Amino acid sequence: MARFAMVIDTKKCVGCMDCVVACKTENRVPEGFNRDWITTEARGKFPSVQMEIRSERCNHCDNPPCVHCCPTGASHVHTLGGVVLVHHDLCIGCKACLASCPYDARFIHPEGYADKCTFCIHRVEKGMDPACVSVCPTHCMYFGDLEDPHSPVSRLLMARRYHAIAPEAGTDPQIYYLI
Amino acid sequence: MFDSLRHTAAHDGYGVKMDSISRRKFLKIGGTSLALTAAAGPLGKAAAGSSRENVRGVQKIPTFCDLCFWKCGAIAYVEDGKLWKVEGNPLDPLSQGRLCPRGSGGVGAHFDPDRLKYPLMRKSLRGKEEWVQVTWDEALTFIADKMNKIKAEHGPEAMALFSHGIGGNFLKHLFKAYGSANIGAPSFAQCRGPRDVGFRLTFGEDVASPERTDIRNARCLVLIGSHLGENMHNTQVQEFSEAVANGASLIVVDPRVSVAAGKAKYYLPIKPGTDMALLLAWMNLLVSEKLYNQAYVDRYGFGFEQFAAEIQPYTPEWAYPETGIEPELIRATAREMARYLPATLIHPGRHATWYGDDTQRSRAIALLNALMGNWGVKGGFYYPVSMEVPAYPYPAYPHSDRPKVDNPDNRYPFAHEVNTNGIRKATISGVPYPVKGWFVNATNLIHALPDEQETIRAIQNLDLLVVIDVIPAEIAGWADVVLPESVYLERFDDLNVEWFREPFVALRQPVVAAPHDQKPNWWIAKKLAEKLGLGHYFPWKDVEEYLAYRLNTAGLDYGRLKREGIIRGEKQPVYFAEGVPDVFPTPSGKIEFYSLQLAQAGFDPVPKYTQPAPPPDGYFRLLFGRAPVHSFSRTQSNRVLMDMLDENEVWINQDIATRWGLKSGDYIRLKNQDGVISNRIKVKATERIRTDCVYIIHGFGHNARQLTYAYQKGASDAQLITRYKTDPIMGGTAMNVNFVTFELEA
Repeated sequence: MARFAMVIDTKKCVGCMDCVVACKTENRVPEGFNRDWITTEARGKFPSVQMEIRSERCNHCDNPPCVHCCPTGASHVHTLGGVVLVHHDLCIGCKACLASCPYDARFIHPEGYADKCTFCIHRVEKGMDPACVSVCPTHCMYFGDLEDPHSPVSRLLMARRYHAIAPEAGTDPQIYYLI
Repeated sequence: MFDSLRHTAAHDGYGVKMDSISRRKFLKIGGTSLALTAAAGPLGKAAAGSSRENVRGVQKIPTFCDLCFWKCGAIAYVEDGKLWKVEGNPLDPLSQGRLCPRGSGGVGAHFDPDRLKYPLMRKSLRGKEEWVQVTWDEALTFIADKMNKIKAEHGPEAMALFSHGIGGNFLKHLFKAYGSANIGAPSFAQCRGPRDVGFRLTFGEDVASPERTDIRNARCLVLIGSHLGENMHNTQVQEFSEAVANGASLIVVDPRVSVAAGKAKYYLPIKPGTDMALLLAWMNLLVSEKLYNQAYVDRYGFGFEQFAAEIQPYTPEWAYPETGIEPELIRATAREMARYLPATLIHPGRHATWYGDDTQRSRAIALLNALMGNWGVKGGFYYPVSMEVPAYPYPAYPHSDRPKVDNPDNRYPFAHEVNTNGIRKATISGVPYPVKGWFVNATNLIHALPDEQETIRAIQNLDLLVVIDVIPAEIAGWADVVLPESVYLERFDDLNVEWFREPFVALRQPVVAAPHDQKPNWWIAKKLAEKLGLGHYFPWKDVEEYLAYRLNTAGLDYGRLKREGIIRGEKQPVYFAEGVPDVFPTPSGKIEFYSLQLAQAGFDPVPKYTQPAPPPDGYFRLLFGRAPVHSFSRTQSNRVLMDMLDENEVWINQDIATRWGLKSGDYIRLKNQDGVISNRIKVKATERIRTDCVYIIHGFGHNARQLTYAYQKGASDAQLITRYKTDPIMGGTAMNVNFVTFELEA
C-alpha cells in the first residue's frame, strides 16, 4: 500500500505562490477561492527575525476528521496512497468537514460541494507530480510514497529535520516541512 | 508571532463569500457554467473565431511569456478550443520548464473582462476616460493624418515612442522609418539605467537583461536591497534557491527583513540611503587587510593605487553612524566575501534608481565585484552568448540632423539609452525642439514615471497621444486614441534572440484568437505605415513571412521553431577560463578603479558618499518593491493573479504602529511631504522593517475607472512620488526620496 505525502523545503521556498496559481489553473478552481496558500511565519524582534515560509494545503491526514464526520460518505480516503477526497455528487454541502478541519483547508465550491486539494490524484494516477510540485521554480516541493524507503520523500525525511503543522490535533498530517 | 498568516486574501474570505448561499440556490443560479467539466473553463468565454476552437482534446502550443520582460519559454494548453493553462517549456534555458507565478497566471490576461476590446477615440477632455468606439481604419487614418501634420510643422523628431518589452519592436521600426529615434523605455532612466552605466564605466559592459550574474555557481551571494524571491525574475530566483540549498553564504543588506533576508547568514538592517557608506567601508577593509583578489586586480585593474588612497578614510567605524551597521558586522561580512572569492557575487540589483547617486553606487558595487576578481569568472559574471540571426534587410532609415530630444547639450554624458523623463521635459519646454506626439505601448507612464503631474503637464502639450495596450491603465485614460493590442497568447511578436549563458532563439505565436477586435503590434505598425506612405518599410506580406525569412537566413527551420518554441544553439565559452577573451572595452582597456572619463566630465573618479536627507519629524521614508505575483502596474486586472494578491499593504514597524494606535488590517491613507494623499491602504504592523521607513508593493492603487476590478484597491507609490532626484551622470530619476506620514481613517 502506498502512502502519499508531500515534503516541502522551507529553506528553498520563497513564497512566490506559483503553487497556488498552478493549482488554480490545473484544477479550474473558481475565482475567489484557492486550494493552497502561503503562510509566512515571523518570530522575534527587528532585526533578529526568524522566518519560515510554507506552502500549505489539505494535509491528507492519516486520521482525517473530515472523513470521520461526513454524514454521507462523500469525504473519503482514496484507495490509492491514502489521499483524502470528496465525492462531489454525494456531498450535501453541510460543512461539517469545514468545521472539523484544523487546517482550514476546505471551502464550499460554488457548485455546492466541499472542495480542497486532491494531491492532483488525476495527475498522480498518470505518473505525474501534483501541479504545485511540478511548477515550483525553486524546486522546494517533493511528492511521493512514504512506504517506499527509496523515494525522494522518504530519503528527505531520513536526512533532514522537519515538522508538520498542528500535530497535536492528532490528525497525523502527511505534509512535512523541512527546516 | 504570526506576521502574515495566509496572504491569500481570497482564501481568508471564502467563508464569508459563500456561507450564506445554499447549495440548492447556487445550482439554480449557476447553472452549469462553473461545472468542472472539460467543456467549460471557469474563467470566461472562449476565444471567438479561434482556428483551434473546434479541435477536441488538449493541444499544447509553445510560445514565450509576456507577463514580464524575462520572456520565459512557455507551453500553452488549449482544451476543446479553450485556453486552459500555461506551463514552462522544458527546452527553455531561462525557465528550465518552470514558469513563475505570473507566467502560470498568464491565462488571466486572456480572460480579463476589463481588457481593451475595440479602438477608441476620445470624445471629451483628456483624462476624462470618455470614448467613442471606432473602426481600426478610422483610428489609423486619424493617427496618420495627425502624424503627417506634426511632421510637416515640426519635423518627424516631434514624435516620440515609449515602449516596453519585445512587443514594441515593430513600432520602433515604424518610428525609425517615419524619421524619429526618440524612443525610450522606463526600464532605463526609472530602473536599471544607473546600474548599467556604473558597470559600463567600470568594466566597459552592461549587466544587461537577463542579468549576466552567475548566481547558480556563487559560493557567497550579497544582495543589496535586491529582494530576489519577491522580485520574481525567474532564472535568478531559481538559481538563488539552488545556491542557498547548496550552502552558499548569503549576505543581505536591506532596511526590511525581505524573504531573502530571512534566509541570510548575515542580515544587515541598513539605514535607507546609506549603502554607499557600507560599500566604501567594505572596500576599505578588503584593501587595507589585503583580502581582495590581488592577482586579478594586478592583472586587470587600472588606477588601483589612486582608488586605494581615495577610500582610505572610510573605515567601518566611520560607516557605523551612517549606516547603523556595527563595525564588527561590517568586518565579518567583508571577510566572509573574501573567504569565497572569486565565487563571491555582489548582485548589481535591477531597479537601481534610489537616491540620486545611483550610478556611483552601482560603480561601487562594480568595484567591490572587481575586488573579488569575479568578472568573467565562474560564480561571478559570465559573458552572455547569442545565436546569429540577422536582422530583416529593411531599406535604410531616413537621416536626421537633430540629436535625440531627451538629452540636450549632452547634459547627462553617460546616458547610453534615451531617458523617458528627458522626452517628458522636452515635451513641456519645447527645448531643444518641440515634441508634439507620443505613442505609448505596454507601459503605464502614469505609474512608471515619478511625479504624475509632470507627466500630465507634458501630455497637455501634445497634439497626439496614442496608447497601444492590452488593459485600460491610467495612461490610456489620457489618450486621444486607444488601440487594443492582443495579449501575447493571441499574437506573433518578433523573435527572441536572447543573450544568455547559452544561445537560443524563441518564438511567440498565437495560441488562441483575440476575443474581440484586438490586433497585434506587427499588424498595427504595418497598417499605419501604409497609411503614412511608408509601406515599403514593411515589405513582407505578414509577420510569419518576416519570421520565416529571418530564420532561413540564420539557417534555422521555422517549422521546427513553431513546433518546439525554442531552438538552442551550441554551448559557447562564457568565462575567461573557457576562452572568452579577457579584454575590457573601457578607455584604458582595463577595469577602471579610477575613472579618467568620469574625472574629465567633472564627476568623482572614485565613488564618494553623500549623506541622505533624514525624514522630517513624524514622517517615514517611502520604499517600494515587488510582489512575485504582479508585474508593475500591469497585472492588477488579471483575475487569477488578483486571487493571489488583490491589494497592497503598508509595512510599518510594530513599535511605530503601536505608537500610532494601528494594528494589522486597519486601513489608513499615506500623506507625503507635499500633501498628496493616497488611496486607502491596509496596515501590516511587522517586526520585519526598520522604524524610519515604510514599504509598499508597487503597482496597486489604480485610479483608472475602466480597471473595474483593480480600481482603488490599495495605494500607489507612484502617486506619492512627487519628488525625484536626477542622477547627474546619466539622468535617471531616483525615487526613494519621498516621505510619508499616516492619515487615520475616521
